[in-house]
Amino acid sequence: MAGTLEFSPDDRYNAFITTCRQAPFADGPLAGTAVAVKDNISTAGIQTTCGSRILEGYIPPYDAYVVELLRSSGAAIVGKTNMDEFGMGSTTETSAFGPTRNPVDPGRVPGGSSGGSAAAVAAGLVPMALGTDTGGSIRCPAAFCGIAGLKPTYGRVSRYGLIAYANSLEQIGPMARTVEDVSRLMSVIARYDPRDSTMLDRPYDHRPSAEIKGLRVGIPEEYFGEGVDPRVGESVRDAIGVLEGLGAKTVPVSIPGMRHALAAYYVICTSEASSNLARFDGVRYGPAVDTRKSWHEAYQDLRLEKFGTEVRRRIMLGTFALSAGYAGRYYAKAQIARRNIREDFERAFREVDVIAGPTMPTVAFRLGEKSDPLSMYLSDILTVPANLAGIPAISVPCGKVDGLPVGLQIMGRQFEDERVVDAAYAYEQEVRA
Amino acid sequence: MKTIIGLEIHVQLSTATKLFCGCSTDYRDDEPNTHCCPICLGLPGALPRINRKAVEYGLRVAKALGMTVPEESEFARKNYFYPDLPKAYQITQYDKPLAVKGAVEIEDDEGHEKIVRITRVHLEEDPGRLVHVAGGSKYSLVDYNRSGIPLLEIVTEPDMRSPQEARRFLNKLRAILEYLGVFDGEREGGLRVDANISLEGSERVEVKNISSYKGVEKALTFEVTRQKNLLRRGQKVTRETRHFMEGRGITTSARGKEEEHDYRYFPEPDLRPLRVSDWVAAIELPELPTARKNRFMAQYGISPNHARTLTGDPKLADFYEHVASVDSVLAATWVADTLLGELNYRDMGIAAVPADRFMELLALIRAETITDKAGVQVLREMLDACAAGKPCEPPGVIVEREGLARATGDEFTQVVEKVVAANPQAVEDYRAGKKGALNFLVGQVMKETRGRADPRELGRIVSEFIDTGGV
Repeated sequence: MAGTLEFSPDDRYNAFITTCRQAPFADGPLAGTAVAVKDNISTAGIQTTCGSRILEGYIPPYDAYVVELLRSSGAAIVGKTNMDEFGMGSTTETSAFGPTRNPVDPGRVPGGSSGGSAAAVAAGLVPMALGTDTGGSIRCPAAFCGIAGLKPTYGRVSRYGLIAYANSLEQIGPMARTVEDVSRLMSVIARYDPRDSTMLDRPYDHRPSAEIKGLRVGIPEEYFGEGVDPRVGESVRDAIGVLEGLGAKTVPVSIPGMRHALAAYYVICTSEASSNLARFDGVRYGPAVDTRKSWHEAYQDLRLEKFGTEVRRRIMLGTFALSAGYAGRYYAKAQIARRNIREDFERAFREVDVIAGPTMPTVAFRLGEKSDPLSMYLSDILTVPANLAGIPAISVPCGKVDGLPVGLQIMGRQFEDERVVDAAYAYEQEVRA
Repeated sequence: MKTIIGLEIHVQLSTATKLFCGCSTDYRDDEPNTHCCPICLGLPGALPRINRKAVEYGLRVAKALGMTVPEESEFARKNYFYPDLPKAYQITQYDKPLAVKGAVEIEDDEGHEKIVRITRVHLEEDPGRLVHVAGGSKYSLVDYNRSGIPLLEIVTEPDMRSPQEARRFLNKLRAILEYLGVFDGEREGGLRVDANISLEGSERVEVKNISSYKGVEKALTFEVTRQKNLLRRGQKVTRETRHFMEGRGITTSARGKEEEHDYRYFPEPDLRPLRVSDWVAAIELPELPTARKNRFMAQYGISPNHARTLTGDPKLADFYEHVASVDSVLAATWVADTLLGELNYRDMGIAAVPADRFMELLALIRAETITDKAGVQVLREMLDACAAGKPCEPPGVIVEREGLARATGDEFTQVVEKVVAANPQAVEDYRAGKKGALNFLVGQVMKETRGRADPRELGRIVSEFIDTGGV
């Protein structure tokens, strides 16, 4: 039954940038379900900021395709969630609207960049939310907040209306308390949209199955090596043991290209970002430029004032990486490294059906802990490979270390999102029972 | 000193919708910013989607120019800030263009056939347009109606040797594009040219953004003179970008600004590579200008010059073929020499001329009902009516009303008598052997008859009249 949902949450963790007190909804499979949407996904009539001052007050005139799908499935869009500015961060601390706190421990970050969506779900404000994942931005906060989150195969969910950070890497994906709800939301949003030329017509119509007998699970040594908190590794190994108990077989695999994954990832995402973010000039939307200045000066001043430090850092890095005389050394090499990683995964997936490891090398950081950008970048090491390879990857909670959630990451072959969902579902059902 | 010229031509393809969205391309006379959507406005989150028709148009051109279409071509982003560029990058093609290596045949300055090699053609989007408000306003306005119009960039090798050759190349290229139905030559700003020009052994200068055919020849002629003068004075030509000031007919230095641009090209991640080489076989080309010219000469027995002029524009060629049935040679002269000149003078297109009425006019001339001179008068009346949006009267009616029928018999004799009687001095001069005197008398008769007599015939008649002692 269509209607209106009243929504006035106690947003003590600062999960939302915008909330919709009266959220209309239509008939459909999700009728009346409150869904939160990350604030880099365009919503007609609702402010969409990307967590940035440069888009403050921007009200898109159109819905992203996933939002159209949500509305027609009956979901009530109750608000826009906080995020690292333009998705550039792993803690939600770079948001211009203040950090989001982790509901499990408010002294900790919720992870990022979809930290608002993860916190809203973890705090029970909404049962499900949309996030986006460029280098781990769904899986990291899912792991840190103890919920489930799926980064779909690249090309499975329409990016139309997603405000681009790094087009070739990112996907919109579902986040929820349970894998079952992740799967439900996935079947709403994974519909073919000809407006996204990088999509394939591979809709997701799947009910998760816990039957994983004979599933071959690859265990990459690189996911349990240096930099990974041994206690996190231990939790994940225990979780893999649960999968074995359900009839899965483990096989050691190797992704040697991971050595260059972070470098390749940061070159590619900053390069694309430097181009994507160039359009924010205050001419057509967002805070207006000062027309008394020359256009060049006006752009420069506005962008300096409205973009945060991390965004400016990445624009500079990307601009440099694409510059004449340097593009060959950086951008072109990053593409080679990316191809190598993709091939490593393809090779591994000839031996195994899924690959499992930790989502994040540690549990959630304390607020302010990652003040050095490089140490923050390093924490993405286990999530970026799936983005570089374009493969599906899910994070499902698997125990705690020091009372903080740990995420089990399961990656699969391209367009085998169903299989990673099943593996995560099987684990979840087993530990819940 | 050899002149070396190469061109980059941007033509707007005449698709119904824009290159990456469904907005209509026909914004002429419409309000600014009324042919826009999230995609061509570059709104956050909007994604480009390639217009199949634009690709097909590009391939038509590639096939007509005998080009190779690689298995894969790719779009790339050209990054730069400018207020008319809503995404701050232009989606274009960089190192993987749509097609490579082709040729266009033209005539050189001696009238010999020569080949201008085509390096590449690629697709790209047009930016918006800045509107500078009159009256010294402190800001400019932006109109995005043009943003996203498909452009085909055609790059030649430096194969042209004079500004005139460059002009002929453009005329030929334009004809080919119009024959292919991919380009509307009458659209304002539909064609823009960047020209590279150097004198052999000297640095190359790029003249940017010339927006008319005439402008190209003018700009290049100016550059040849400027560069030769520099060298003559013992100075060097600097390698630079220059702008053509259409109004003043000169080029001015862009002061190195353009060279500083680093466009940071990289493959457009929102579009898949194009794999369209197998579309080419299915493209059926129409008869192209050279083939049509040769056919006109053979089929209608007209001169190479007339045939070239008539086939230079497909609409003109169609018009000619329509009216040629009256008398193909007479029609060629009247269309190519007379009608075109009158149309240019009025800034009218051939489409405005009613072919049936024009055929009636040709029939009157052919039957010698009117003289050529009277024919031109009738034609002018017809065109003036068309230009004013009035119905075009039948030429027979105009002849009747204006009394333009060829003067004959008594009327004719009377006029000659009158002129001879009124100019005794001229008659005397003629008798004294002064040739100019006869011309004067003929001219007077012509004036009296308002061109209704054939001047050659008249000369004979006037001299006979005097010689036989009519006076």
